[in-house]
Amino acid sequence: MSEFEPKIVAYCCNFCAFAAADLAGAMRIQYAPNVRIILLPCTGKVDALLLMKAFEDGADGVFVAGCMEGECHFVEGNIRAKKRVAYVKRLLEEIGTNPQRVEMFNLSSAMGGRFAEIVEEMTERIKELGPVEADGEKGPVDK
Amino acid sequence: MIVADRKPIEEILNSIKEYDKIMLAGCGGCVTICFSGGAKAVELLASQIKMARKKQGRAIEIIECTPERQCEYEFIDQLKDDLKSVDAVLSIACGVGVQAMSERHPDTITIPGLNTKFMGYPIEHALWDERCAGCGDCVLEWTGGVCPIARCAKKLLNGPCGGSANGKCEVDKDVDCAWQLIYDRLKKLGRLDNLKQVRQPKDWRTSTNAGQRKTKFEEAML
Repeated sequence: MSEFEPKIVAYCCNFCAFAAADLAGAMRIQYAPNVRIILLPCTGKVDALLLMKAFEDGADGVFVAGCMEGECHFVEGNIRAKKRVAYVKRLLEEIGTNPQRVEMFNLSSAMGGRFAEIVEEMTERIKELGPVEADGEKGPVDK
Repeated sequence: MIVADRKPIEEILNSIKEYDKIMLAGCGGCVTICFSGGAKAVELLASQIKMARKKQGRAIEIIECTPERQCEYEFIDQLKDDLKSVDAVLSIACGVGVQAMSERHPDTITIPGLNTKFMGYPIEHALWDERCAGCGDCVLEWTGGVCPIARCAKKLLNGPCGGSANGKCEVDKDVDCAWQLIYDRLKKLGRLDNLKQVRQPKDWRTSTNAGQRKTKFEEAML
């Protein structure tokens, strides 16, 4: 399992996490190469479907990174994203997929180091969980 | 509008376990508004089903569609070509839509993916309350616009009962007592006299007690 390299999709807000990722690069901070960053105008753009489709198309982990709570440029986009992430956790759990595979993080554009930490944290977490197919099988239940 | 909830995923997966290709049909009407059966709900459920089936080692092919309304033949007729290629239809329309689909396309089995609950409206975004029981003999005129049939647990016409306390129903402390609401509304309207009249037992034949009901508008019939 140690050779398993997870695919992680990161939906990042333009005003914070994406800028933080940029800063992490400018600061030459090393972080795991498992993450694929997708730029969003705001995490409020995140729909449950976007997160589910990432899993359906082969992601082992997904995270959404938005502004600190109370600091969203669109007032409450990140609060909405938080609810949707919680909803997707429920949807995943229903089909026997570990809900820890999806997470919401909050950071500011000045937190390049924190962005790298988040990527490391998620990569470690997903490496421990293994490939998405490895989650406990939950077949149809005979009534 | 008609309000429905999605069935538990285990029940849905169990009902389609023998099929390898299904049509997942939503509805663009009421269930789109209550988030349980619209185009987005179709995509989300399809995603869940495909992931669950992949895990079980038996992938499933899903044709996703959301006709404007599943309760009208004009709209579901448009699906007939796709229907030829599927083993079953998983319908996330209300019970009416499921029946329209199975009556119009009797050669294909139609399985419900929702539990249809009631007629109501959103009292706030994403929160629905029951408002009409479809009893066929509306009493809202003298109850100040609050329905005792849909909202009183005992369907009383001469309420409230002794279980009303602090404006709440004894059945559930989170549910308003319909008769308290009726009293408050009539008082505000200056129509408390309405309550002095003892109402005779309701004729339930106009409700579902006399079997299936039909209605027609002759001038529009073809």
